Amino acid sequence: MLRGLLLASTLLLAIPLAARADDSIVGKGEYLVRAADCVSCHTVPGGHLFAGGRAFVLPGMGTLYSSNITPDPKTGIGGYNDDDWVRMLWTGVARGGKHLYPAMPYASYTKLSRDDALAIKAYLFTLKPIEYTPPANAMKFPFNQRWGMVAWNLINVSDKRFEPDTTKSAAWNRGAYLVEALGHCGECHTPRNFMQALKSDKAYAGAKQQGWLAYNISGDKNAGIGGWTDAQLAEYLSTGKAPGRGPASGPMAEAVEYSLRYLTKDDVAAMVTYLRDRPAQPDGPPAVPATVAAAAAPDPMGAHLFNQACAGCHLPTGAGRQSPWAALGGAHTAGDVTGTNLVQVLAHGTQIETDQGLMFMHSFTGGYTDRELSFIANYTIGQMSGRQGQVTPQQIGAARGPDDHKPTDPPPQVVGMR
Amino acid sequence: MFSLSINGQTQQVDVPADMPLLWVLRDVLGMTGTKFGCGIAQCGACTVHLGGAAVRSCLLPVSGIGDQPIVTIEAVGDSPTGAKVQHAWLDKEVVQCGYCQSGQIMSATALLNQTPKPTDADIDSAMSGNICRCGTYVRIREAIHAAASA
Amino acid sequence: MGHIELSPTVAFSRRTVLKTSLVAGGGLMLGLRLPGLARGAEAAAVFVPNAFVKIEPSGTITLIMPNAEVGQGIFTSAAMLLAEELEVGLDQVQLQAAPPDLLRYTDPSLGDQATGGSASIRGDWMRLRQAGATARVMLITAAAKQWKVDPASCHAEHGAVLHTPTGRSLPYGAVAAAAATLPVPTDVPLKAPADFKLIGTNAKRLDTPSKVNGTAIYGIDAKLPGMKIGTVAISPVNGGKLASMNEAAARAIPGVRDVLKLDDIAVAVIGDHMWAAKQGLERLAVVWEGGPNRAVTTGSIIAAMDKASQSSGVVAKKEGDAEGAIKAAATSLSAIYELPFLSHAPMEPVNCLLHVRADGAEVWVGTQVPVRAQNAVAKMTGLKPETIVINNLYCGAAFGRRLDIDSIEIAAGFAKQVAYPVKLIWTREEDTQHDYYRPYYYDRVAAGLDSSGKLMGWTHRVTGSSVMARWAPSAFKNGLDPDAVEGAADTPYEVPATLVDYVRAEPEGLNTGWWRGVGPTHNVFVVESFVDELAAAAKQDPVAFRRAMLQKNPRALAVLSLAAEKAGWGTALPSGHGRGVEVQFAFGTYIATVMEVEVTRQGEILPRRAVVAVDCGTVVNPDTVRAQIEGGMILGLGTALYNEITLANGRVEQSNFHDYRTLRMNEAPKIEVYPIRNNEKPGGIGETGTVAAAPSLGNAIFAATGRRLRRLPFGNQLQAS
Repeated sequence: MLRGLLLASTLLLAIPLAARADDSIVGKGEYLVRAADCVSCHTVPGGHLFAGGRAFVLPGMGTLYSSNITPDPKTGIGGYNDDDWVRMLWTGVARGGKHLYPAMPYASYTKLSRDDALAIKAYLFTLKPIEYTPPANAMKFPFNQRWGMVAWNLINVSDKRFEPDTTKSAAWNRGAYLVEALGHCGECHTPRNFMQALKSDKAYAGAKQQGWLAYNISGDKNAGIGGWTDAQLAEYLSTGKAPGRGPASGPMAEAVEYSLRYLTKDDVAAMVTYLRDRPAQPDGPPAVPATVAAAAAPDPMGAHLFNQACAGCHLPTGAGRQSPWAALGGAHTAGDVTGTNLVQVLAHGTQIETDQGLMFMHSFTGGYTDRELSFIANYTIGQMSGRQGQVTPQQIGAARGPDDHKPTDPPPQVVGMR
Repeated sequence: MFSLSINGQTQQVDVPADMPLLWVLRDVLGMTGTKFGCGIAQCGACTVHLGGAAVRSCLLPVSGIGDQPIVTIEAVGDSPTGAKVQHAWLDKEVVQCGYCQSGQIMSATALLNQTPKPTDADIDSAMSGNICRCGTYVRIREAIHAAASA
Repeated sequence: MGHIELSPTVAFSRRTVLKTSLVAGGGLMLGLRLPGLARGAEAAAVFVPNAFVKIEPSGTITLIMPNAEVGQGIFTSAAMLLAEELEVGLDQVQLQAAPPDLLRYTDPSLGDQATGGSASIRGDWMRLRQAGATARVMLITAAAKQWKVDPASCHAEHGAVLHTPTGRSLPYGAVAAAAATLPVPTDVPLKAPADFKLIGTNAKRLDTPSKVNGTAIYGIDAKLPGMKIGTVAISPVNGGKLASMNEAAARAIPGVRDVLKLDDIAVAVIGDHMWAAKQGLERLAVVWEGGPNRAVTTGSIIAAMDKASQSSGVVAKKEGDAEGAIKAAATSLSAIYELPFLSHAPMEPVNCLLHVRADGAEVWVGTQVPVRAQNAVAKMTGLKPETIVINNLYCGAAFGRRLDIDSIEIAAGFAKQVAYPVKLIWTREEDTQHDYYRPYYYDRVAAGLDSSGKLMGWTHRVTGSSVMARWAPSAFKNGLDPDAVEGAADTPYEVPATLVDYVRAEPEGLNTGWWRGVGPTHNVFVVESFVDELAAAAKQDPVAFRRAMLQKNPRALAVLSLAAEKAGWGTALPSGHGRGVEVQFAFGTYIATVMEVEVTRQGEILPRRAVVAVDCGTVVNPDTVRAQIEGGMILGLGTALYNEITLANGRVEQSNFHDYRTLRMNEAPKIEVYPIRNNEKPGGIGETGTVAAAPSLGNAIFAATGRRLRRLPFGNQLQAS
């Protein structure tokens, strides 16, 4: 599993971004593809970039696979003309009239300008065409009825471009465009209603996605990012960690690695300006002060195990040993007493490619029992937030899955980047 | 090109930014006292001091070092604490195969610099990240206590 | 980069070429030619009376170490044996690893130039003392000739010959040239134990100073001018083949120099440093075809072993009618015990530096088998073995891993493809997943007790791989692997009727090899656990039950009594704690252990205290005996608690220390070692502590919880799920 991930990240590094950081439409398109983080969803770990095939398990509904967005005419987007392409991004209706599932964030991309949409296409059309058909979606009835999307779109997708708010600064508006349209942050951070549409009245209040909690990033001082400084937010977005806020992990680490860290300073500052201004939502685990009095009587077994397995990188105090990405002080994850993300990190590991190379943590399920990992999780929560962790061995077992540490043959289509 | 302060000397190394210090020491500078054991910060064989703290050089990118001074096993004996620890290691005949001991000594010296009179719990906390497959823990503990009272 | 720097305390052979030459007096003399050392007259002036001693006119005294130093302290103990009779101080000698030479360095008990089986001291006890004494006599004779006095009026002391009546003295170097011309005497008498100055003392280890300051050179530390560094990937499924790789992507990494293939079973990326090689290997994106073993799982292997174990095997020991006695018994018990595949995981991953030229090769490696290493390089390169120089360096532990030469073969297969010297280093992941694993054992035991609880019959069927059949086929006779039943066919107990048999069952999909403690690590766990079960069935105290069967075995009885006494056997313990006992006779050494364990209410197993009584006969270095028992015990406990190698899809699932755990500082119990000193033959010690760990721990767990764990590792078996 980890080897696959490592492979994916090294392949991703191979995208020759810097070579084309120019004002051409392709250069602009490449930047936008980064900002929209297309690669994250449209690449299977270890597979061809942008060739699709990554699985998205939607509990109760089935499994979706991302599509091939290389310009292969048969299996990719090679057959799209400009109008087809723009219509697809704005309305979720693919070439030939097929309705996309909203796992493709067209509800956000509908805000893109036509110029930007076409710049994205122009860049994607410079990629090497890969002939690869991702697995067929496996959605259950009634979700396998794509016509259902017509009604869903009518209710949930406005089909309206981004309109600047003239009462706000240019930076605010640029930030809004990056956050709402390109970055589609709300797709993870905003809870969904019964129709799986984003709840607009709960924007950025935090939501659970694919087993991970995308934290509350509203302006709330306690539950959201209201207590963060601008510098912390900017550093977190650009590098995946901030002093006193801990590291990004899981899907957020991916978002930083594949997308956010490539944005210009000005764009990151613009995002910070806009995010700061989101109405406060009180939901989710409260933020964690950077330094706290650790739990009065830490569980000795947790300490025992933490010192063995974790202190090598994190230090017994959690302050981090050699890398700022290992510093856990103030991490939201360490203050969530349910341990949602902590369990994911322990069970599946996490990694982020940085300007200092790959920072990674292994899954620990191969050598440690569910009970031991629950001790480690609760000890971490107690030490880092002073709160009483509630992680159970059953949670670890569920995250571990029956076969999660069994290596499997790599996907057959693995070949390097062009 | 990175400029590193290693054992009191400035060294210029022309290496990739993400190259861990371990391989800079071993393969570029020829300082093989620091050992490769796991490459994932689980064993501690590669421990060196960075700004006085024990760090795992196998996961320490050279670009993350800056001007913080590095001390390795080759020079830890130049400090009074390091010398005491090495002496205690010899006195208690701690070593078996010895491969992990560079890291053990670096961790123990950092511990004693911070906590001159460590308790058994302090030793557990500071030393449990250093694996010894030969199983010299009993004597490592004795030697740390001995060095603390030397 | 510089050349190899030798550690200041221990100098290894560099470019050592062995030559035998017939010298005046008819003796066969071993000449060691070193680079830079003049040949002819000066070389002849070097005194080399046998394979283990070399004294130069300059006064340099070099002792040749027949065994590899893997952490067990053999360099020091072997030096003590030589120095004792040579009459030199340990501060006066240099040590040199023996070159490959079966004629001179074959271990008398192993039949190979090998370090293993806790055999070194037993093999060296006579030959090294004889070598030292012979040299001493020749040096005294040479000095007496020079002084024209009776050799009987001279004696040797601290590296010099002294003429007692006149008080004259000559350092060994001064008489080396003369001694070199003398015939080598035979049957030189050895010292009486009462006269030992070194043997039996806690002499300081000679390798330690260089190991606390970073100057000791292990295989992985060797350097040569122009050397490149590579790392390997071997098919993750045994027998799999290379399907594809992206060579261009690997070569795009700065510092990568070469991408090499070896018969579609392995690839290597070579670079200026390990980081380039590692990065290159990742970028190489190797895809393997699984091959015939791609579906193998641990489950499929165990199922095959279970089936194999149901038919009778080759008889290893038969005394009386054990099966009949069990049938007739008042109480009979039977059980299946299982031990997992194990990786060695020495701290230093396997590695090898080679420079292969058209006319020969030079190899720098830490190996337990230098001759096999030489032959492996010869096989892979087509060179003649005598043109291949093996420089044997310190091993960052071995535990049996370096008794196999697979990694040296693979390294040679790559090194022959390039002109420069290349050091191949296995990552921890590659090392863990391509080991020669300790076999899985599937043992069936049964026994019968009479109405008084006395053991009347005992059967033990061992089912498992034969390492011997592969490694030393000549010792595998008539289908019986003597190692597989060691500790089962020779228990210390007196039993009226015994049947021990062996079913060979080779696992699919992985290779098996020697692992610390070999046969006894496996069998003593089974025997001592089952004896404990019998004691419980007989409602007898485990120590008393064993004592009754050891009445004719005084040394075993003595260690058992000592361990029980020192451990406070029978005294009260806090709730959740338990004491377990085991007795073993292995490698010529008697050991009894009382282990104290705490089992928490959640089922965590925490070893707290181990009390070990040991009788290994004559002791060369008591502190080394203690150290080996302490360390072996800790390795054994960690292994018993955590370690198993498992397969899925034909691949080893474990990869590094996060999923192949090692006991750590905060888990290590107190360990007390109580020696029994006597003048019996020396026994082996390096593996004994590891043997003792699992059985004493398992029995302690039973005492604490009433739960009998028959499968290793114990791990989470007591944790409620």
